[in-house]
Amino acid sequence: MSSVVDKVWATLEHLTDPEIPVVTLRELGILRDVRETAEGIEVVITPTYSGCPAMGQIEDDVRASLEQAGIAARVITQLAPAWTTDWMSDEAKEKLRAYGIAPPHRSCGGGGDVSVLKFVRRQPTEPVACPQCGSTHTVVTSEFGSTACKALYKCLDCQEPFDYFKPY
Amino acid sequence: MSTPIDYLLHLADNAVVLGQRNAEWCGHGPILEEDMALANVSLDLIGQARLLYQRAAELMGGDATEDKLAYFRGPHEFRNYTLLELPHHGPLVGYAAADRDYATTIVRNFLYSALMVHVWDGLQQSADASLAAIAAKSLKETSYHLHHSRDWLVRMGDGTEESHARAQAAVNHLMPYTEEFWTTSPAEGAAVAAKIGIDVWALRPAWDALVNDALAEATLTRPNFHGYVTEGKIGLHSEHLSYLLGEMQGLARAHPGATW
Repeated sequence: MSSVVDKVWATLEHLTDPEIPVVTLRELGILRDVRETAEGIEVVITPTYSGCPAMGQIEDDVRASLEQAGIAARVITQLAPAWTTDWMSDEAKEKLRAYGIAPPHRSCGGGGDVSVLKFVRRQPTEPVACPQCGSTHTVVTSEFGSTACKALYKCLDCQEPFDYFKPY
Repeated sequence: MSTPIDYLLHLADNAVVLGQRNAEWCGHGPILEEDMALANVSLDLIGQARLLYQRAAELMGGDATEDKLAYFRGPHEFRNYTLLELPHHGPLVGYAAADRDYATTIVRNFLYSALMVHVWDGLQQSADASLAAIAAKSLKETSYHLHHSRDWLVRMGDGTEESHARAQAAVNHLMPYTEEFWTTSPAEGAAVAAKIGIDVWALRPAWDALVNDALAEATLTRPNFHGYVTEGKIGLHSEHLSYLLGEMQGLARAHPGATW
């Protein structure tokens, strides 16, 4: 790996999600790749949800950091393979939990593999653990929380409401 | 090989029109959680529409942009299903801001997302790689929309006498508009022939199974269809689309090129 590529990774390492400032773009799987091509350095990012309003901010943050470090690079938004919560590192999931957001509790099978049949009948409430007390005695309040990527849950033991980062 | 532009516009217009319609609940939701849920569903739909318009603009070339496609086409140029432009209210409503009926909103979202999970699933194999990539993302999002709307459909249908009656009225009102799903427009036919689109007719048994199962659990009855089949997807719309677009496009048309 060239030293320029290393420098770009190091420059972008500290960039965090605008909505969830405790996890980095790399840990979330949004920052996909840094590569050296014939046309120069390319930084590849991928959107989370199609309509996520944070994506514009993320792209601006990446550009600003590169500019500040004096690195000329193109930022490329790539749709495939589709982003999945499976790409979140275990470290990122633990940071989410500590921040008060329950991390996705199941895998999506690598993405692009959503079985539609599971929606034919309502599933029992997913056994999501409360990020405050750890109890799985929790109940969904709403399928959509403060953002599209989260659902709203409530812990029936400690009574705390909390956000749940949905498997995607 | 025919270009998939018209087909992309059909998919994009569906998403933007329903996204705009559902966003009318923003600040007016029946409960706070549903206000946020509908706003988030709209964000997903408008996000999907943007990706599809961007792809269409790329294929069109010249000075085409996603904004021009969304804001500077007239109602007759929109290719969305008529179902998606109707107000949140039963038949014969005079204006979009009449007493909004959440059962109508939920039933429409259910009928549409029950179709779109299958459409996006199939489009992951589209010969257009960009469309396949958009489909893979949209499938994940639409699965949550289906989950949300089906859940409320059952709660309303199998709820109180009042909620049951309103859910049944919404089903009776909206179900005939779903007949438009099963006709083949020239754009759909060309896209299927080019392996860019999928044959929606082939999805009907799966859609029927999803809908019948949910209606049964919701203790609701599926009405028999007889009558006119709408043709929004070839540009023949109800009067409601013009008002919706008037609101959506007004700012962009009054101040072309404005940024903030």
